[in-house]
Amino acid sequence: MKKIAVGCVVLVALLAVAWTGESSAAGFPSKPLTYMICFDPAGESDITARIQESALKKYLGQNVVITYKIGGGGSICWSELTQSKPDGYTIAGHNLPHIILQPMERGNAGYKTLDLKNIYMFESTPNLLVVRNDSPFKTLKDFIEYAKKNPPGVVTVGGSGTSSANDLGTTMLNKAAGIKLTYIPFGGTGSAVPALLGGHVTALMTYSTMGVQYRGKFRALAIASDKRMSVLKDVPTFRELGYDIVEGAYRGVAAPAGTPDDVIKHLAGVFDKVMRDPEVQKKMDQQGFKTEYMGPEASLALVKKKTVEYEAIMKELGRIKK
Amino acid sequence: MAGPGLRARLLPDAEDGGFPMLDYLWLGLQHLLTFQNLLLVFAGTVMGMIAGALPGITATMAVAVLVPFTFTMSPVAGLVTLGAVYMGAIYGGSFSAILINTPGTPSSIGTCFDGYPMACQGRAEEAIVAATVGSCLGGLFGVVCLIFLSPPLADIALKFGPAEYFWVGVFGITIISSLSSGSVLKGLVGGCFGALISTIGIAPIGGDVRFTFGFPAMQGGVELVVMLIGLFCIPELLSLVVKGEGMKTRSEYGYTRTKGVLWKTTRHIVLHLQGNLWRSSIIGTIIGILPGAGGNIANLVAYNEAKRASKTPEKFGTGFVDGVVATETSNNAVVGGGMIPLLTLGVPGAPPDAVIYGVLMLFGLQPGPELFSTKADITYTFMLGVGLSAIVMVPVGIYGGRLLARFVAKLSTAYLVPGIAILTMVGSYAIRNNFLDVILMLVFGFIGFGLRRLNFSAAPIVLGLILGPLMETGLVRAYLMGMAYPSPWFTLFVNPLSWILIALCAISFLWPYFGSMKERLQGSLKE
Repeated sequence: MKKIAVGCVVLVALLAVAWTGESSAAGFPSKPLTYMICFDPAGESDITARIQESALKKYLGQNVVITYKIGGGGSICWSELTQSKPDGYTIAGHNLPHIILQPMERGNAGYKTLDLKNIYMFESTPNLLVVRNDSPFKTLKDFIEYAKKNPPGVVTVGGSGTSSANDLGTTMLNKAAGIKLTYIPFGGTGSAVPALLGGHVTALMTYSTMGVQYRGKFRALAIASDKRMSVLKDVPTFRELGYDIVEGAYRGVAAPAGTPDDVIKHLAGVFDKVMRDPEVQKKMDQQGFKTEYMGPEASLALVKKKTVEYEAIMKELGRIKK
Repeated sequence: MAGPGLRARLLPDAEDGGFPMLDYLWLGLQHLLTFQNLLLVFAGTVMGMIAGALPGITATMAVAVLVPFTFTMSPVAGLVTLGAVYMGAIYGGSFSAILINTPGTPSSIGTCFDGYPMACQGRAEEAIVAATVGSCLGGLFGVVCLIFLSPPLADIALKFGPAEYFWVGVFGITIISSLSSGSVLKGLVGGCFGALISTIGIAPIGGDVRFTFGFPAMQGGVELVVMLIGLFCIPELLSLVVKGEGMKTRSEYGYTRTKGVLWKTTRHIVLHLQGNLWRSSIIGTIIGILPGAGGNIANLVAYNEAKRASKTPEKFGTGFVDGVVATETSNNAVVGGGMIPLLTLGVPGAPPDAVIYGVLMLFGLQPGPELFSTKADITYTFMLGVGLSAIVMVPVGIYGGRLLARFVAKLSTAYLVPGIAILTMVGSYAIRNNFLDVILMLVFGFIGFGLRRLNFSAAPIVLGLILGPLMETGLVRAYLMGMAYPSPWFTLFVNPLSWILIALCAISFLWPYFGSMKERLQGSLKE
């Protein structure tokens, strides 16, 4: 008798789970959304998601569950996304240039760039070249002249990751200025910063957020955006100084390929409202993020444009895996 | 490097540096001793302990999971809770290390070496008391350093560059000889195996894809905790099932309620093991200060040093309480130590500090002088809260530990083995929400079982896994930085700090030979 009772309870429990797992057809969204973060907690992607979280709940009308799937520089998470159900209830934060460069350089990264259907691009952090406040380099010109006078590779520039925006930014500077800087990759911005603070590298090619956070300790020589950022008013752009470098990391959200277009449009609308929310904007500015407002079409256009650009650079460097 | 008078800059109003700090301490204490904050410290510590005791849930995960809950709280309340969870989790790891030979967190790997044999001899309570006393005192030491010594210690952290991290890794390798109960050669082979496993995935520098055998899911590499559970826990379970060997069949295993164990053990530790306590606390604090090195390294280094300094090193590994004290004291000292670079420079000293850094950002709290002056009330309350949780751990741990030990001892194998098996699977899945990890854990479990038969111990393998990336990134970065020198390898030998570390490595490596040389000298003198 006891066994039958236990069996019934288990059966009912299983049914209940199966039933709630089914998404009802009535109106998207009708249940909570899963928002996957591909990098360590407390990184830029995580902080942005936390800033967005309460506004997201408000404008979406449903709870948002933030989960982490860390590894492979984000590739584990993105490959998981491409295998998730394309019903709009699973989205993931995605990053340029990572999603373009990883498949290009690794051959099989577990996903293809265009398998990630862009929903929205909500921020960018332009590359920022910084040195310590007590460094002898007061302007970009000083820095480049020193690099030219010394043997190639003497000047070391730290940054976050390989095949990242920091890596690319350094490569682009090398090309544009005709110098050879040695790029030293660190696990993340969090480990690159102490390297500069301790004097182990000459400079950092990092993100605008660090220029804001370490204002008192770092001197920013140039920023790789098309216009000066309001939080970093005194920092000239590379363009102003004669080097056409506009590069940084773009962050947004994506869904698996095959997600219906109207669901994508709805989510894009929600994120648009979120990014225009005054609370969110205030926090983003404070941290040094540059807010972007790119919907699905604009994001896709950006991805395609950057793919062409990166392909050219990577081919030159011989870094594309066939 | 950070300029003279960093201390003066961090305490801007201070002429002699003393007074404002005392004011802030008093203020912090007043804020802490409110009903709400005390409750949060208590609740946080307990939750942390439970999370830490579960193999597969690390301190970092425990803290990260609670972050969303802190959004509804004030900054002080949120930070105090997270700090308590962190401290509690590091302590909680000792329970499963002692009772089922599986470190609850990577910071308790070393506690298995003596804690588990103690449990098998019926001295589980003694081991738990030792872990509690050590954790409390180590935790307090770390917090005291945090409060009073932050600025100069943070300076030291910055001086460690890639070359120095490489030598720290090499120093870690020299520990293998003391960790391998038995042949040192087998230990080194194990260490190399572990380091080889650590190369699976994406290379930290250069981004090469290594050893994924065509599976993109392997790009994430092998998680430490997965290997820990596999190598420590599964072989134990398999031995139980296959041959009926192991903890339960030893009739002494278990919790025998002997009166006075608590006071006897505490008195012994406090009176006789002072050297161990001080040394392990200092080791833990220093390793905590180094960004990127955390409790997982600290507990093993402290164990090694305790063994070297001991008059009876052969007792380590047989159920010697000194071993448990060394590991648990150092890993809790890491908690306070890791917050030093976090609060002064915004550089996390250990992985959970990275999560706390994110929370600081969200609350708009900028690490640096501001935290110690205009926002001092929040900061000092937070630091004192972490210290308080080290004290709260004691009654909760002793009482809860007794219950847990009795429970595990009384539970029949028929429930214990499947129960632990389920825990291990859930735990290894929980780390990255990746089913592959569960499979890897089982694979390592079988490998570990086989290795045990061949007399390889698991600890050197795990150490290789931890130190592999540390050494690789240090070495490659140092090489890249060395382009200016005649040979790029010069960077490894240029910094005076490197020389100190190299000397430490040499001493640590040659120590066993000093011992036998001494014996021979004494022997020849006698003749």
